[in-house]
Amino acid sequence: MTGILLAIVIGAAFGAVLDRVGATNPNLIGKMLNLTNLHLMKAILLAIGTGSVLMFAGQMLGLVEVGHMSVKTAYVGVFIGGLMLGVGWAASGFCPGTGVAAAASGRRDALMFIAGGLLGAAAYMATYPMWKASGLLSGKALTLGAVPGAKYDALFPSLPGDIVGIVLGAAFIAVAFALPSRLDLGGQKATAT
Amino acid sequence: MTLSWKTGGLALGLVFFLAVLLVKPIGVSTQFVILDGILWDGLNPEVVTQTDDGYTSTNAYLAKSGGKYAKSVANPMNYSFIFVLAMMLGAGVSSYLRKGVSAEERTMPNLWRANFGDGVTKRYLVAFLGGFIVLYGARLAGGCTSGHMMSGMMQTALSGYIFAAGAFAAAIPTALILFKSEG
Repeated sequence: MTGILLAIVIGAAFGAVLDRVGATNPNLIGKMLNLTNLHLMKAILLAIGTGSVLMFAGQMLGLVEVGHMSVKTAYVGVFIGGLMLGVGWAASGFCPGTGVAAAASGRRDALMFIAGGLLGAAAYMATYPMWKASGLLSGKALTLGAVPGAKYDALFPSLPGDIVGIVLGAAFIAVAFALPSRLDLGGQKATAT
Repeated sequence: MTLSWKTGGLALGLVFFLAVLLVKPIGVSTQFVILDGILWDGLNPEVVTQTDDGYTSTNAYLAKSGGKYAKSVANPMNYSFIFVLAMMLGAGVSSYLRKGVSAEERTMPNLWRANFGDGVTKRYLVAFLGGFIVLYGARLAGGCTSGHMMSGMMQTALSGYIFAAGAFAAAIPTALILFKSEG
């Protein structure tokens, strides 16, 4: 029962923050990806950095259970799947989490996104044996450095994983601040506003 | 009203931290499979069945990893599924309190309208097809923007970096080609 209660509290907080940071707004997703408004990019980088520093610092202080980590397997299909998701993300302005939240915020095109998503997930369920047989799904769950007490192997076993996490977290935060609010690749866009 | 990137990013980071502190990292895309499974099992109860030590399925994907997805389909009142329903509640309340999305924006974003006109069918079709490849890709990758990119990179997971590289390598050129007018 505690688990369900936590799901409600953390889930609701996540949905509300996604909405308030502008991630449920496909205009801001599109403008992040065509590089004309990096508001969301800066927010995402700051979020990853903040989460990373707090989690690894908490682990070093013994306040965060290392066992709560859940590192996904790295395999070729991760990259292929990432490419596919990227195309659909840019075209629709939604990813799975923000699509669900955007539909709840009142966007009807997000409902179409969810319907397509349910069909896409079903198509994957049907074609999974083919991917499995291809060998593109086999790999290993790796962290960059060796995290003390974690069950995962490291890409660079000689590096202390918790320090790596804090340093990278700080780097994400630094990039969030350093990134300009827009990157103009062509002159035409600069005059459009 | 949109929060500044500093306030919003900090709040988002705190939510991701709280999730891993109290339970486990945030992820969403698996729940599309779970809902598919619930609907499918509703039509045909033989899809997910109980075994001596858990659950299994006639579908190889639902049956993988010792039937953990089959188990979630059989028990929808689990953490990850309720989490996504609660997300919708949180986003809905937040939207309501900021006076919601304008009538014009409800059918399509202005950025889309500025580039492709205001035909609703075209926008809905692209949103549907977009959803299809996003979820197909996310399931092939084993996670989405939440699970791989945010939760993964935050934990220094190699898979998170591989996923983010693929996602942005495809998303940025796609957006540059599609959205030439800023609206």
